Amino acid sequence: MLRKIVTNPLFWLTLVGLALASVLPLWVSGYILGLLTVAYYFGVFSMAWDLLFGFAGEVNFGPTFLIGLGAYTAGILNGHGVSIPLCLAAGAAAAVIGGLVLALPALRVRGPYFGLTTVVAVLILQNLIVVFAETTGGEIGLTVPDVISIDAATNYWIALGFMAVSGLILYAIAVSPVGLILQASGQDPVEAGALGFNVAKHKLAAFCVSAFFSGLAGALLVFYMGTASVGTLVDVSVGVQVIIGAVLGGRRTIVGGVLGAVFLIAAGELLRPLGALSTFVVSAAALAVILFVPAGLLGILTRQGQRA
Amino acid sequence: MTAAVLQMPSQTPLASPARPLLEVEGLAKRYGGLVAVKSIGFSVKPGEILGLIGPNGSGKSTVMKLIMGLERPNAGSVRLDGTEIAGWPSHRVARAGIGIVFQHSRPLHRQTVLENIKLALLPDNLLRLFADPGVETRARAIAERVGLGAVTERRPSTLPFADLRRMELAKAIARDPKVVLVDEPFAGLTSGEVADFSQLIWGFRDEGKAVLLVDHNVKSVAALVDRVFAMYLGERVAEGSAAEVMRNETVRRVYLGGSIETAARPQSAFSGEPLLKIENLDVLYGKAQALRGVGLHVHEGEFVSVVGLNGAGKTTLFNAISGLVAHSGSIAFAGEPLSRRTPASIARGGIVQVPESRELFGEMSVRENLDLGGQHLPKAESARQLAWLFELFPILKSRGGQMARTLSGGEQQMLTIARALMMKPRLLILDEPTLGLAPVILEQLSKALERLRQTTPITVLLGEQNVTFALPHADRVYVLEHARIVWEGSPDRFAAEAGTGYL
Repeated sequence: MLRKIVTNPLFWLTLVGLALASVLPLWVSGYILGLLTVAYYFGVFSMAWDLLFGFAGEVNFGPTFLIGLGAYTAGILNGHGVSIPLCLAAGAAAAVIGGLVLALPALRVRGPYFGLTTVVAVLILQNLIVVFAETTGGEIGLTVPDVISIDAATNYWIALGFMAVSGLILYAIAVSPVGLILQASGQDPVEAGALGFNVAKHKLAAFCVSAFFSGLAGALLVFYMGTASVGTLVDVSVGVQVIIGAVLGGRRTIVGGVLGAVFLIAAGELLRPLGALSTFVVSAAALAVILFVPAGLLGILTRQGQRA
Repeated sequence: MTAAVLQMPSQTPLASPARPLLEVEGLAKRYGGLVAVKSIGFSVKPGEILGLIGPNGSGKSTVMKLIMGLERPNAGSVRLDGTEIAGWPSHRVARAGIGIVFQHSRPLHRQTVLENIKLALLPDNLLRLFADPGVETRARAIAERVGLGAVTERRPSTLPFADLRRMELAKAIARDPKVVLVDEPFAGLTSGEVADFSQLIWGFRDEGKAVLLVDHNVKSVAALVDRVFAMYLGERVAEGSAAEVMRNETVRRVYLGGSIETAARPQSAFSGEPLLKIENLDVLYGKAQALRGVGLHVHEGEFVSVVGLNGAGKTTLFNAISGLVAHSGSIAFAGEPLSRRTPASIARGGIVQVPESRELFGEMSVRENLDLGGQHLPKAESARQLAWLFELFPILKSRGGQMARTLSGGEQQMLTIARALMMKPRLLILDEPTLGLAPVILEQLSKALERLRQTTPITVLLGEQNVTFALPHADRVYVLEHARIVWEGSPDRFAAEAGTGYL
């Protein structure tokens, strides 16, 4: 088992990547650190999403439903004087509960209907936030009184550490026997059932795990930014970015999501001088990778790693 | 049996026959108006192999699904070692001790063969993040037993077809079930592989498991089974030893038909170049060869039947003609090769296929389905065609406003054929139109085809496993067996020369 890990190029890549990332605050400006902090939280969103799509075979078009639940629960509670750690726990719990309420009926329907249900969930959440503007801040957004830290490097390291731990846990689940059963359930649910596996139970568990990390990351992001708004956390377009990040990084790789998220945010920033055109260029690049390199960015990297 | 007792004198002879491991009673299943399974009952004892036999659409696969919990029965009981399991979800049925070897499955492509086998050894437990160390050893032992020992580290996609079937068998062995269901054990295998698989299935019997083999004809499993239970149209038609069932009058009638009146016109009546000419047609589905060197021709105005059992390659042949599957070899229609044309352009060119699965627009009315077929015709012509079709299938006229999915199976089949005829095809391809239809409907359909043949100059290519239906209208018959054409001739010679394989 240990030898398998040591000979895996992915392991070394990840280790080198993390080491480089952790010393980055010594070199780069606070502005770039801020960008990467957001990118790391988006990386967690993408990794959590990949557990559902890449392993359980369910396309969740509404990752922002889970993220938004976590973010707004934490933000609103903090506004009522609850401490940050409790808010984070509550945010994660709200995402899991919301995820369960959504997934229990939604996993009963087959094929594209699951995806549709998740989109509708996002739209409903978005509407509720606008309707209950007094509590949620509505379209203007919610301002939270507390932030974790005002130091860019501290925030950066928290995000990096959180991402590393989340990635490790999600990856461990994915390669464990449970991950194997999940993949079987995603690929051929009839056969998985005939082998004695409760497909619904496994998919539901995957949904809960995905919801937990999405909600927690959403809550942490609120306490980094100091605000929560529909446009940055809940809107369907945000969800699309999470999905593109995961697919771009590499489906069924979990850690690929981080690469995808960093790429999207970095590219968006680098191309900012292009103005409105930058979105187009980033989208075109993402489309090209998805069409021509289905294994994603991580697929390219590990193949090179194996050759070396 | 006696020899075994003599060799082991310590073993006491069984005082009473062993209690059945699997008991099925009064099992019934309806899909909408279609009764797929009607009050089926049988039992399998430990160490016994029962063959569940029936032609396409007889309900045998449904029975298997009902036992496995993949479908819920409307009535009846399934008892496993005395425990009632009818209506349980499949994962509970599997844990209670029933295993299934699927004919087709999607293995985990990114994992090795060994990991695929390990999967079957895992408990249904969310908290088990590390597998037992024993799992690895057991998976290897099972791989050896089924003959996969040399390829455990390979990915399933690199394996030949037979090894994929071995892997499915390995997964069933890994669950160590009391009852094993095997779906079409020998489909797509060579004779050497058939011998290997027979040994493995006998292995189940020697371990005292009850085995249920599901297959479409008696002959293919006769050497393997202890008993045979034959089904037709959801009902039991015969039960007994393989030889008894093959001698059974009803079984013979179901598979071969009684005395069939044929009305073949000699081939010389159709002059000139054939309308459809196929030479050296090969089709591969991944590892499995679905068609091998098939040659066939149909003249303008001729009615040609292709007879073959389930899995022989009929649908593949038709899909190749319609341009739906990749193939090598040549297919020419009216003298022009079809190889570079899209399915849509082939259909517009006059080849219209009525698929086995019917593919009606269920949420549209009968009229709308027909109008869709006549979309490209001028209005007046479309109306004329419709009037003619209502004459051919009067029942469709009275059902004009009804939604297509609410029709009975036979009416749906007529609507599918009528919709195809709205396109005014030069060549009509009918793929198993009799699938799942009751005898009385068959007769109506048969009469409609007869009228069609007599009143129009249409050219028909019919694929059937129901010989009784395929022969009466045919001018010429081809027999397709294991991906090859093995016989060609006039229908009156069929029973004598090619009939024995169809029991």
